[in-house]
Amino acid sequence: MPPISTASLPDIVFMLLFFFMVSTTMREVTLMVKVTVPAATELSKLEKKSLVSYIYVGTPHNQYQRVFGSEPRIQLNDQFARVSDIQDYITSEREARDEAEVPFMITSLKVDEYTKMGIVTDIKQELRKASALHINYSSRKREDL
Amino acid sequence: MAKKIPEIPAASLADIAFMLLIFFLVTTTMDVDSGLERRLPPMPPPDQEDDDTPPIKERNVFVVLVNANNQLLVEGEISRVEDLREKAKEFMANPYNEENLPEKEPKTVDFFGEVEVTKGVISLRNDVGTQYGTYIAVQNELVGAINDLREELAKQKFGKSYDKLDRDQQGAIRDIYPSRISEAEPKKVGGN
Repeated sequence: MPPISTASLPDIVFMLLFFFMVSTTMREVTLMVKVTVPAATELSKLEKKSLVSYIYVGTPHNQYQRVFGSEPRIQLNDQFARVSDIQDYITSEREARDEAEVPFMITSLKVDEYTKMGIVTDIKQELRKASALHINYSSRKREDL
Repeated sequence: MAKKIPEIPAASLADIAFMLLIFFLVTTTMDVDSGLERRLPPMPPPDQEDDDTPPIKERNVFVVLVNANNQLLVEGEISRVEDLREKAKEFMANPYNEENLPEKEPKTVDFFGEVEVTKGVISLRNDVGTQYGTYIAVQNELVGAINDLREELAKQKFGKSYDKLDRDQQGAIRDIYPSRISEAEPKKVGGN
């Protein structure tokens, strides 16, 4: 029996590689807070990833709890932040985009479902002050109903 | 250049490509981000004194309160999240023009002509201690109620799903069932 030719194996693998390179996005930030987003049914997809800025809220992971405590905290980019930092964050996110794209920017709130509303309301007030009015409460699909 | 260049061995090419493939598999995420889309109201100008907008009539407001124990009070009655969608739909549609449900005003809308459009507003107020999960569940039901009404109207008028309509038709339906969910300004002082 002749051995199976492996000459086309690199081509196959390259094809897979290109598929994954095109269809995926790089993980940009390392999460330092635990976030389990709530479930919902009326979802809409975030179309343009490049126009989305993320705000994470949740309890810090175990290795940060000694410094930052176990109460829910805000994470912007790669660091913990306070509510007052949000306006600066939105401004810097805007400056990083093309001017024509700024009106279409969306802020995605990735908030843990056990967070109290106090902190979320504060964030929303800051976003209103920064005129970042288009928001998206990140949630996963609920299967029942 | 008579010297013969030896051929580059291609046997390890597959290994290299596999390594790249595995690298991309590990560092990437496939999940599509999705969520509840909302628009926040713009901040009122700081010099604005007490608003001089006329007060909204009580029958035109659908009041939803959520307390710190994640319990719901809908229009003065203790309620469950599961029942909220039906109540909100009944409120926004008011099919029998009942006295205690919101008023309607005649309005000219493309495709429909003269129609009665509800003046109802959904008002949502939550406590500082409310859980975010409950808040999203409530928001989801309220958004879902309006989406359901729009879907029903689209099916009835155009025989198609709301998502499949063109922009003008969607706009007309949005005029008839506007998404008016207002969230109370957080109170600066006082208890809950």
